[in-house]
Amino acid sequence: MHPAYSVIVFTTSSGAGYGLLFWLSLAHLAGRLPGGAMAFVAIALALALITVGLLSSTMHLGHPERAIGAFSQWRSSWLSREGVAAVATYAPAGLLALIWLIGADTGVTKLLALLSAIGAVATVYCTGMIYGSLRTIRQWNKGLTPVVYLALSGATGALLLAVLMSLFGASAQWIGVITLVSLVIAGVAKLAYWRQIDADPGQYTTAMATGLGGQGGSVRPLDPPHTKPNFVMREMGYQVARKHASRLRRLSAIALFAVPIVAVLIAVFAPGGAAVLYLIAALAAGWGVATERWLFFAEAEHVSQLYYGATRA
Amino acid sequence: MTCLPEKTDKKLGLVIDLDICVGCHACATSCKEWNTSGYSAPLSDHDPYGADPSGAWLNRIHSFEATTAEGVSKTVHFPRSCLHCEEPDCVTVCPTGASYKREEDGIVLVNPDTCIGCKLCSWACPYGAREYDYDDGVMKKCTLCVDRIYNENIPEEDRVPACVRACPTGARAFGDLGDPDSDVSKSVAERDGFNLLDEFGYKPVNKYLPPRINSVQAAPVAEEPAAPDGSRLEKLFAWADKALSR
Ligand code: SF4
Ligand code: SF4
Repeated sequence: MHPAYSVIVFTTSSGAGYGLLFWLSLAHLAGRLPGGAMAFVAIALALALITVGLLSSTMHLGHPERAIGAFSQWRSSWLSREGVAAVATYAPAGLLALIWLIGADTGVTKLLALLSAIGAVATVYCTGMIYGSLRTIRQWNKGLTPVVYLALSGATGALLLAVLMSLFGASAQWIGVITLVSLVIAGVAKLAYWRQIDADPGQYTTAMATGLGGQGGSVRPLDPPHTKPNFVMREMGYQVARKHASRLRRLSAIALFAVPIVAVLIAVFAPGGAAVLYLIAALAAGWGVATERWLFFAEAEHVSQLYYGATRA
Repeated sequence: MTCLPEKTDKKLGLVIDLDICVGCHACATSCKEWNTSGYSAPLSDHDPYGADPSGAWLNRIHSFEATTAEGVSKTVHFPRSCLHCEEPDCVTVCPTGASYKREEDGIVLVNPDTCIGCKLCSWACPYGAREYDYDDGVMKKCTLCVDRIYNENIPEEDRVPACVRACPTGARAFGDLGDPDSDVSKSVAERDGFNLLDEFGYKPVNKYLPPRINSVQAAPVAEEPAAPDGSRLEKLFAWADKALSR
């Protein structure tokens, strides 16, 4: 599948934003979130990342001005559900941000935090399911797809909260531990996902797609229907060389998991340079997650390509 | 509404005979001509006369070489368009309700006034049947010429999809595949019509008729002339041949 930058920015930026929203809401529920400016800056950053992501996702639409219609089909469409969940999450999260901005002390913040955390999980799950529910792409149509989306959102969000807390001089061991655990979970999930897609050669063949060849026969394309690639080939026929892909996988695993895990480990045991270490970890993970998302698209193979020379899908 | 209808009153669709299609692309050009000038906005092309032409077409004609287990091979021309599936995810994934399946006749359509151009439906189609129109910003697909088949302003013989009307060999037929007594259903039963990618489970309405087995046999080779037997008559002819060609 063609890796469109708008969708890569959308899923990684809003993923990190929802992850940050989730952890800061839980921290507030547990009474551990540093108050004052820090709380407001954290939730503002979360909402900014979410908004940038959502705006970017509308950039690849043919008619963004009609986007309101996308909230209507939540009964059947994961994309519609995601839109509904995203908008629904803005309400409690926006109110929470407002309350923290004006510094009002009300009891309602706990409820708003709870709703924000639930909304964040629901939205990211829907994002994962947009891809996970497509049977035409075997690399996406896996139970692990939404799990990886949730885990990476959690890990990148925790890292951001750790960075903010250390910058505000409010670093605490618990956020380091949460970051560490969520990075390890995300790493295990992603490695398991790669292993799973590598073990699946695809169950559909050109013979099935064309009904030709018969028992034990074969079928191969002779003349293409058009001289240059059409929409279907450009959008769904993107291919990345296996060698290239495995090198990128290694790079993204190092940047997204290995470097941050080591940096956070040091930060937990030697809190002196925590701010710098968390910052390094966050930058590496940012680069790593963008590469991971690019690969998620580039490595995905679409069944329709059976008509254009793919032999299995 | 992007939920699928429980059942449709009719199952309008095409039956494509792979035995007699000659791959002339008449159906594809006729489809483009009708659909670029009628319903919805034109089917836009980019760089049509340049080095990298592309554009939205609703029908594509592939040519495959199919080889049987016995090693007999045959060129098969293979038209591919929307199959108006009974249970397709291209409809249910649509966030806006622009993609829908009609209850009355089973035709799968895109509403060009509400489509936001998110392209998700094209990702959900295993047949690559939907093509995005970059100028119009909406998804395009075969409409089964919904603006012809019920159109009382055109002569009755034209009230079939443009591709069916254009095919010079009669390789395409249109009708109700939900009615076992229709001509199309009968030809499917008679010729073992099949579904593309049946295993995928979208239950396509359109059917394909396989190339006939007897037409896949190797072409007869002329018999070798018998070796000269050295008879007098033959010598006479040889002498005459020599004498005349001097
Ligand atoms: S062929 Fe593709 S576009 Fe047409 S109904 Fe089936 S899944 Fe949808
Ligand atoms: S491109 Fe249009 S018809 Fe297709 S899923 Fe998106 S809104 Fe629906």
